[in-house]
Amino acid sequence: MGNMFTALDQIFVNVLHWLVSFVPEPWHPFASALLCISFILMVFPAFFSIITIFERKGIGRIQNRYGPNRVGIPFTKIRLCGFGQFVPDGLKMLTKEDIVPRAADKLVHFLAPVVMLIPVLLAYAVLPFGRKMTMTDYDAGLLFFFAIGGAVELAVFMAGWSSRNKYSLLGAMRAIAQMISYEIPLILSAVTVVMVVGSLKLVDIIAAQNHYAYGIAQWNVFTPWGLLGFMLFFIASLAESNRTPFDLPEAESEIIAGYFTEYSGFKFALFFLGEYLGMFAISGLGITLFLGGWTSPVSFLTWIPSYIWFFTKLITIIFVFIWIRATLPRMRMDQLMNFAWKFMLPLALINILVAGIWHFMAVDWQRWIVCSFLVVFSYVILGRGLMRGQKLGKRNYRYAE
Amino acid sequence: MSPALIITAIVTILAAATVMSLRNLVHCALAMAITFSGIAAIYLQLSAEFVGFAEILVYVGAIAILIVFAILLTRSGESPEKSVLTSGWGAGIVVSVLVFTALGWAVLNSAGLPKAATAAPETTVKNIGEALMGKFILPLEIVGLVLTAAMIGAVIIALKEDPKTDNSGRKS
Amino acid sequence: MLGEQIIKGMAVTARNFFESYVSKDRLTTVQYPEERLPQKGNTRQFPFLVYDGDDWEKGLRCVACQICEKECPPKCIYIVKSKDKKPDYKGQPQIYPLRFDIDISVCMSCSICVEVCPFESIKMNTEFELSTADRFGGLLFTKEQLAKPNSYYQKVHPNDAAESDAVIASEKAKAEAKAKAAAEAKAKAAAAAAATAATPVPPATTT
Repeated sequence: MGNMFTALDQIFVNVLHWLVSFVPEPWHPFASALLCISFILMVFPAFFSIITIFERKGIGRIQNRYGPNRVGIPFTKIRLCGFGQFVPDGLKMLTKEDIVPRAADKLVHFLAPVVMLIPVLLAYAVLPFGRKMTMTDYDAGLLFFFAIGGAVELAVFMAGWSSRNKYSLLGAMRAIAQMISYEIPLILSAVTVVMVVGSLKLVDIIAAQNHYAYGIAQWNVFTPWGLLGFMLFFIASLAESNRTPFDLPEAESEIIAGYFTEYSGFKFALFFLGEYLGMFAISGLGITLFLGGWTSPVSFLTWIPSYIWFFTKLITIIFVFIWIRATLPRMRMDQLMNFAWKFMLPLALINILVAGIWHFMAVDWQRWIVCSFLVVFSYVILGRGLMRGQKLGKRNYRYAE
Repeated sequence: MSPALIITAIVTILAAATVMSLRNLVHCALAMAITFSGIAAIYLQLSAEFVGFAEILVYVGAIAILIVFAILLTRSGESPEKSVLTSGWGAGIVVSVLVFTALGWAVLNSAGLPKAATAAPETTVKNIGEALMGKFILPLEIVGLVLTAAMIGAVIIALKEDPKTDNSGRKS
Repeated sequence: MLGEQIIKGMAVTARNFFESYVSKDRLTTVQYPEERLPQKGNTRQFPFLVYDGDDWEKGLRCVACQICEKECPPKCIYIVKSKDKKPDYKGQPQIYPLRFDIDISVCMSCSICVEVCPFESIKMNTEFELSTADRFGGLLFTKEQLAKPNSYYQKVHPNDAAESDAVIASEKAKAEAKAKAAAEAKAKAAAAAAATAATPVPPATTT
């Protein structure tokens, strides 16, 4: 019984080894890398297409609509609840005319979607999808992830600048300002985990969370600093992946989809794909850092294969992303910046202090009280500071006489 | 020398040459980002992971963006009419060759250079961290202080001088 | 506290999400081809031609007067008059349209043709599923496609049809009364003529 579950858990790893054994010995690393890459290139775009349907259906339900529920298997009456919708969506995108503005910088305009997608796909190289399922286990894996994420900004700038369009450039400026501002709380909230675990290796970070007390997993999110860190990380990752309420760079009502105003057809599809893959990657990192990666939340469910836990958590996080998108309106630029610099950054710094206290205090209930108090107190105080001077309530409109 | 290193080196040098020869400043900045990435790749081939990733994070993610923004905010989009080769380029070549020779001579004759290739030391992130927090704590602190001072200076420059003369037309 | 209102908003949307699966009343969408909303009484899409009786060619009310053709703002109606005549519902001989085409890709559904028609012949249809693969021929409706029986009109627009039927009936009655009066007058004249057959008087003119 136990053997069977272990085999199921390691099925992809074993299949990989089996496939690699067909090629001659010196080619083993190359073949293994190729197979891993094709695994990522197959699984995550497929996941993306399913998630777009989930998003459309979910938002539909939240707005009391059905959402797409028609497209199923062609020439039959089977509708699959509309889950075939991504095929015509994709076909539509790919068959559309590819328009390049006459004044555009042709080469940069062409390269921008590619430059967008490459770092996003590279980021998957370090994510542990399951037990022993990491492509490359870098010593500084976390740093790799953030470094690669920084390159996305360049792609956004290239897209915005090369289009020769006011809206594109405004969108790119907004995007870069936002990404740089939110990268700081993102990285600082991840630093707490590195401090407590003592490693930048993502596999080590999961291993540090993979033990149970009273049958409940010891994930980082179940500590005061981890909860605050996860919240900060989650909010910053919303901003990093340009999701509502931080979707100012692509605000369609203000600047007509921002930096991809001038993109159509396949290039737009690449941007769209890149954005969603970036969202999955950063959610995957959040899961790894705070939600125990591929580990199970309770000890009696550890027999479920590790990759299933990873994808369950990923889908849950993505669902919360969608839920937030359907709930909150878009922020204003000054609100966005105030929130990043006056609330998230100080809170992230305090959280580092809290994590330090947690690390050095004795393992008993006292550290829980001290750390929880610090976290709640700083949250309330900083929250008040952020809200001060803001007139919230009913708005008074002034009309022309 | 491995073929990977040769390819990376060629790409890096070509990109660096492009930075110097293109007219459009934004293209130059983008080519410079390629150069930075190439340098990071060379670091990675030398299994200096931390330095390589820091190179990408700082140079590609921040410095290139900063340069691009500076160009965007200060200049119009038109590329200059003049050729990149100005009148003093002959003298420039002489100077650069002299500097390169001097640097090469200094490097080749430096005492610390091992004559034969030795095994690369095992440098983990942990080693770097311990070195920064132990032996090199004072330089680190000084760098931190300098950066903080720079940030405070930037904030003061960006601050409005007098909130009463706020010309946004809104009464506070 | 910061974030309180966000939690409240999230609760509202979550309730919407789950209740939309439980209660059908929340969903305002209609699953169109299978489910249909009842059409409003005054729905109008594109014109059609009314005919009486069973034979559309014989019963067509249109007399090719071309008023609608002239009044149509986008000029989407095309009529060719016939050379011969055939009796209309009143029994009077009338010319009839040899061709009556409406290009519904041009028609703007203003129903001016309906208002100007003196013969209660052109009316507005409620049919709206008119998509076709042929954008030229498929959207040009000929006389055959336009002709619909009066019973169809009574079905789609009961109130208007009743009014139109009343007009037709009164016209018919008027025509009958007129015919009757004419016949009577004729008879009278004939009688008078018979009575005054001896005396040479100018014959009575029928009105």
